[in-house]
Amino acid sequence: MHAEADAKKGSIMGLLSLDFLNDVRRMNKRQLYYQVLNFGMIVSSALMIWKGLMVVTGSESPIVVVLSGSMEPAFFRGDLLFLTNYQEEPVRVGEIVVFKIEGREIPIVHRVIKLHQKETGEIKFLTKGDNNSVDDRGLYAPGQLWLQRKDVVGRARGFVPYVGMVTILMNDYPKFKYLILACLGLFVLIHRE
Amino acid sequence: MNTFLSRLNTIFAFTLSVMAALTFGCFLSTAFKENKTAVDIGTTKAVVKNVPNFAASTRDRNDLGQIAFDLHTELSSLFNWNTKQLFLYLTAEYETKSNKLNQVVLWDKIIRRGETTKLDFKSMNTKYYFFDDGNGLKGNQNVTLTLSWNVIPNAGTLPRIQGEGSYIIQFPDEYKQ
Repeated sequence: MHAEADAKKGSIMGLLSLDFLNDVRRMNKRQLYYQVLNFGMIVSSALMIWKGLMVVTGSESPIVVVLSGSMEPAFFRGDLLFLTNYQEEPVRVGEIVVFKIEGREIPIVHRVIKLHQKETGEIKFLTKGDNNSVDDRGLYAPGQLWLQRKDVVGRARGFVPYVGMVTILMNDYPKFKYLILACLGLFVLIHRE
Repeated sequence: MNTFLSRLNTIFAFTLSVMAALTFGCFLSTAFKENKTAVDIGTTKAVVKNVPNFAASTRDRNDLGQIAFDLHTELSSLFNWNTKQLFLYLTAEYETKSNKLNQVVLWDKIIRRGETTKLDFKSMNTKYYFFDDGNGLKGNQNVTLTLSWNVIPNAGTLPRIQGEGSYIIQFPDEYKQ
């Protein structure tokens, strides 16, 4: 009876942590190096993919997560947008652009509702969120009436729902972020085929 | 080593990949749709005033167009299993002395899946002010009204399509007091 309880306890403990430690102990030096390198590979390929996407799309942030409800019911909090920012493609009315405002860190995703283009190709335009009742002049920097081409970070091209939810969670609960990172890191270092 | 955790992990990973594949299939199945249909547009009123531009809170006097429009179309063909909603917008496009291209959205409407797709408006007022960037509306004989839509899918691309059919507004040569 007593032994059985002990065995059970042992298996639960093993499930949680002891197995990992034993695994590490059983590894020899080569395997340890291999795991560390493997970890480095994963981090650097993630970075390469991100930077590669930046080159291909021309946008400084090719993938963004929708953080506000101002474009509902098209985009909800936690939806994922793919952006491009090709300079030769003109901005036109009806398009959903992601832009930055001076003095605001977080870019805004809204729709262009008014646009004026000069003979020289220079444009100025006004945006509005589908779910807002007024245009964005209240959001712009004080005194700013129009956006210009240089304010645009990207233009929405593709859409996937819910995928950005993890990011929202991580933003709202920083502890959750560290927990995830720690788990992932541990898993990669420990895991062996 | 078939621990509870590793089984959970496998199930989770498999679910994710199946869902990703299904979502991609859903996108592919509708990616090459044209999303075009015919639209009937007309106006019942077109006047132009010269007033301070209160929309931009400047003191400049700009041309303000005031129109009432008729709109008739049937958009049910644009809805398929990967259409979440349509964002319709009525655009006025014209050229002035100071600007090569002007585009102003006068009215918009969201049609969500399941809502009525038949539009039949008579003498509708615009939703937004039709302010020009200067004084280019008075006597402008070539202001084109078009209806376009931005198709919002469940997952996929976000095409913007212009409806087949337009209407040319001719503004009078005199300001309305």
